[in-house]
Amino acid sequence: MTSFSRRDFIKATGAAGALSLAGCAAIGQRKPIARVVVIGGGYGGATAAKYIRLWAPQIEVVLVEPNPAFVSCPLSNLVLGGSRTIDELTTGYDNLVKRHGVQLVRDTAVAVDADKRQVRLAHGDPLAYDRLIVSPGIAFLYDQIPGLATAEAQSRVLHAWKAGPQTVALRKQLESIRDGGVYALHIPKAPYRCPPGPYERAAQVAFYFKQHKPRSKVLVLDANPDITSKKGLFTKAWSERYPGIVEYRPNSELIDVDARTLTLKLLGEDIKADVLNVVPPQRAGDIAKQAGLITANDRWCGVDWLSTESLAVKGVHVLGDATLSAPGMPKSGFMANNHAKIAADAVIALITGREVNPHPIIANTCYSFVSDTDVVHVASVHKYDAAKKTLVAVEGAGGLSSVANDLEGKYAQAWAKNIWADALL
Amino acid sequence: MSKPIHILCAALLGSTLLAGGPAAAEEDTQVRSWAASCSACHGSAGASVGGMPAIAGQDRGKLATLLKEFKNGTRPATVMHQHAKGYTDEELDRLAAYFSRQRP
Repeated sequence: MTSFSRRDFIKATGAAGALSLAGCAAIGQRKPIARVVVIGGGYGGATAAKYIRLWAPQIEVVLVEPNPAFVSCPLSNLVLGGSRTIDELTTGYDNLVKRHGVQLVRDTAVAVDADKRQVRLAHGDPLAYDRLIVSPGIAFLYDQIPGLATAEAQSRVLHAWKAGPQTVALRKQLESIRDGGVYALHIPKAPYRCPPGPYERAAQVAFYFKQHKPRSKVLVLDANPDITSKKGLFTKAWSERYPGIVEYRPNSELIDVDARTLTLKLLGEDIKADVLNVVPPQRAGDIAKQAGLITANDRWCGVDWLSTESLAVKGVHVLGDATLSAPGMPKSGFMANNHAKIAADAVIALITGREVNPHPIIANTCYSFVSDTDVVHVASVHKYDAAKKTLVAVEGAGGLSSVANDLEGKYAQAWAKNIWADALL
Repeated sequence: MSKPIHILCAALLGSTLLAGGPAAAEEDTQVRSWAASCSACHGSAGASVGGMPAIAGQDRGKLATLLKEFKNGTRPATVMHQHAKGYTDEELDRLAAYFSRQRP
């Protein structure tokens, strides 16, 4: 059977066999059996696109992404601290195309017509799909901060909560601050993208100040009643490594911002800073809203965690920060990567008529840098609970670092390299 | 006579599906999906691109023992002891078997 040729096969089986073989050959030449469109090339979308092609090359995958390259949010606080550059966190989409046969469409998805199974684009022709994966990340709720309504105000008071030009611009603001100046960071109420991110940012700015502007201050104004992630590890790092630099104030409810005078209007007091960094409250990205995928609090997209299929729109799957997180699940790049793998497996199962995996298991590790080398983590494992019909964090698993350490710093850098490759190379 | 044709067809389809992957006749998609979670640190199918232990192609028995030592706390780790506790022994055995079959 090892050298069984097409001609031998036809001779042996006759016309009926030839017909069947033609069917097989067509699949062998990768005539697609279905088309999946993926909106968004971040940690979720890029990974889903690659894994569908890896696991089912007979399915055509079209990735819609407006940006020329992927820029990682994880590690982007190191750009503020000065130990990494934004270029080092940037990866192109060319390998998804060349190695994995993903069709890249550089455009913005502006509407979904679920009845016609079509995605409308800002510039190009509509894209038809058999299944759609929406991984749009977050949009900012600037309507809750009237003083930041204009583009001009938003360019003075940065969020830097999507890595890229804003990250570089915030670093420039920090470089221009005088020694003795105040950097104020406002954190919105949870849930928001990357729970430990703001506290890591405070440490990174303090790391920079300690070396170059030691009389400057980092003022952390948190709308939450307490530090929402890795509390003990962050407070220890701030007080031991950056004494007199970091000050933390909980319950700092934001009323408005005056972008001209760089003033935060909090409930009960005004705070003026030299560099003001406001992380606005968030919801699922615009296309999720337009497509009617938002099901919770006008903000997040409820999904069936067996398949990540939307609870609102059939045939559409949602990944990453845009989802209504399952209990104990953070909005992280790692989780988005793992959502993508549930989605890829389920989408293939639904297209090919196989049973969807009834028992998905995913995990998370979030590393945070408290200096240029030392890191703390939080980890968790999430399993599907059939009775609760959701993913739940496994009791007794997961946990925190005991103390910030440089071995985990090396692992955090290696994690980034590996997860970028896992999504994009 | 139609049965052998279908078998051959399935075999051809299988080899197409698995091009570049492990040469198993019928892939266990459940363990493949679980293992894909590990790839976020250890590289796609366990083939680390650097800095993380590569687990693809490692000895099945050694990997299973290692994972269980992480789970029961006899082997120190930065984070793997916390992950391993999230899995049953049977799940760890299947993951070890899966990664042992992957190309390093």
